[in-house]
Amino acid sequence: MLIEQLINGITLGSIYAIVALGFTLVFGVLGIINMAHGEIFMFGAFIGVIVTSTFKGPLWLAFAAAILVTGIMGYLLERFALRPLRNKQGVSHLAPLISTIGVSILLENLSHHLFGAGNHPFNNTFAEISFQIGSITVYLVQIVIFMISVILMYTLSYWLGKTKAGKALRATAENLETASLLGVDTKKTITMTVIIASAMGGIAGILVGMAFNSVTPQMGLSIGLKGLAIIILGGMGNVKGAMAGGLILGLAETFIVVYGNSGYRDAIAFAAIIVILLVRPQGLFGQKISA
Amino acid sequence: MRKHFRRFAQFTALSSLVLLSACGGAQSSGEKDANGAGKVTADIGVISYISGPGAAYGEAITNGLKLANEEINKKGEVEINLVIEDSAGKQDQALTAAQKLMNSKNVTAIIGPTLSTEMNVVGPEADLNGVPIMGTSTTAEGIPQIGEYVFRNSLPEALAIPASIDKAIEKYDAKKVAILYGNDDVFTKSGFDTMKKAAEEKGLEILTIETFQKGQSDYNAQLTKIKSLKPDLILASALYNEGAVIMDQARKMGIDVPFVGGNGFNSPEVIKIAGDAANGLIVATPWYGDKDDQKVQDFVKKYEEKYGKKPDQFAAQAYDALYILAEALKNAGDADRDAVRDALAETKDFQGILGSFSFDKDGDVVMEPTVLVIDEGKFTVFE
Repeated sequence: MLIEQLINGITLGSIYAIVALGFTLVFGVLGIINMAHGEIFMFGAFIGVIVTSTFKGPLWLAFAAAILVTGIMGYLLERFALRPLRNKQGVSHLAPLISTIGVSILLENLSHHLFGAGNHPFNNTFAEISFQIGSITVYLVQIVIFMISVILMYTLSYWLGKTKAGKALRATAENLETASLLGVDTKKTITMTVIIASAMGGIAGILVGMAFNSVTPQMGLSIGLKGLAIIILGGMGNVKGAMAGGLILGLAETFIVVYGNSGYRDAIAFAAIIVILLVRPQGLFGQKISA
Repeated sequence: MRKHFRRFAQFTALSSLVLLSACGGAQSSGEKDANGAGKVTADIGVISYISGPGAAYGEAITNGLKLANEEINKKGEVEINLVIEDSAGKQDQALTAAQKLMNSKNVTAIIGPTLSTEMNVVGPEADLNGVPIMGTSTTAEGIPQIGEYVFRNSLPEALAIPASIDKAIEKYDAKKVAILYGNDDVFTKSGFDTMKKAAEEKGLEILTIETFQKGQSDYNAQLTKIKSLKPDLILASALYNEGAVIMDQARKMGIDVPFVGGNGFNSPEVIKIAGDAANGLIVATPWYGDKDDQKVQDFVKKYEEKYGKKPDQFAAQAYDALYILAEALKNAGDADRDAVRDALAETKDFQGILGSFSFDKDGDVVMEPTVLVIDEGKFTVFE
């Protein structure tokens, strides 16, 4: 049982981590909490349902469609909800946060109208593939989810640290004006960042659909809030921190059910986060900056 | 970074508040009618869960009501105008809707609200104003006991759950059970209390009690724990959206014991969502769509024609509720609130699509539930 629960925890944690990576990327560059990220994630899951269940399409197409649609949504989000507010006189620093909240409400209600209120099953044969080790059933999906989250984390770290585009992004994050003066196309960099983050949300959405066979218009809100908690825990804007934070929260939630009372699942998991933050206010991987 | 962090911390509370209030509401309102000659004309208020996570219930309920309304008005003995308000599943919104209906719309009676939690606040208010109110989906303990004017035609869990547990014990010789329930909803919580009580009375050993929350998508941790304890039966007090996903994940994990569910678990949607994994779900129900009864078959046919899907028990209960109310209006001979209440209380052996129906002295349900099991992707009578 312990190993099975460990797998459950890692699966859940990996999903949290992928969601948190999207959050952390946008925050790291723009300093904006993208409240619409959870809803973009939810749309990714619905695109997956539509491609595989309604049109009986193959899984790779579902991923491609979800990445495409959520990428476009990311572009629209940046173009219409964030860019008009940037570098304008008299715009409150709160404005982008509020505008992403608006987008999230819009998207939730939109999906309500488009897809209906109920739970949508994710019928896919890939999700059924499993193998037995002793009395333990392991699903291929669970392994794939973990692999994808690790791959995404390393790709992102490498991309941010070693490539030119990644360096441009970090320069933009450091100081928009200076980066712009030094020849970085900051507009393009920012747009690209939001698109990449959104597409990662879309990938996470499909993975959740496959792993839990449950897709609803409301799924974005709770996972979005958890994603936020994770990036605070891991250190704002830190890629490795998002991964570690996601796994910690996923495992904590699972093991509270194993050894304690499932009614306190969220309460204890979040209490643990508060304790960690009291000890390390900058987050697990965050750097201390004296203000 | 630090600046960002502080800025974020300040506004987390604000943003979550804004998000919580994000479920808006679609509203529709009825029209005042002119008094027809010779027949009783009445405005009936409806409070239903039309937007938000449980909108599927409100949709079924209002569909059932609208269908019954059309038929009743066509018959011509009673003329009913439905004034439909949205509660969004929230107590405060349900109460506001009720006050609007009672005070400014001046309705004769109210049907709804959808959730027992909502009825707990709306019921006393209606009772105080002397407006008859009938729940069609409120199955928690103590609802009709709120007051003289509060009725329900929804089979309470206290009748349904013991009936299905009994049958399951008989068939599977069950001795050990695990209980799983949603702890953030009065409905599923009350179902759990009934399950626990029934299990204790019947001498079943309760191995573990696990909980989950509305809208959760991952139940693997709870289910893995239950699996390792090897129960003979799983008692699950869940609404069908969560319940179907729970069964799906349980079957995938290799848990093949039967599930006993409460009222909210009883919906054809379970089969649609969970597919083969839904096999082995036992529920007691007032509503059985394949019943060999002309009235039932007619209703299913008309409902399917009109809305393009099969009616569930929420649609059926709402449909019958309006007929019961129409009957009371006819017997009262007047759209007076007190006269309608008295006529309602006298309802006895009403033959609806749910079967033979009477109110007891509190305004609670007297009827025989049918126990069903999902077998090969279909609800069949469990014997």
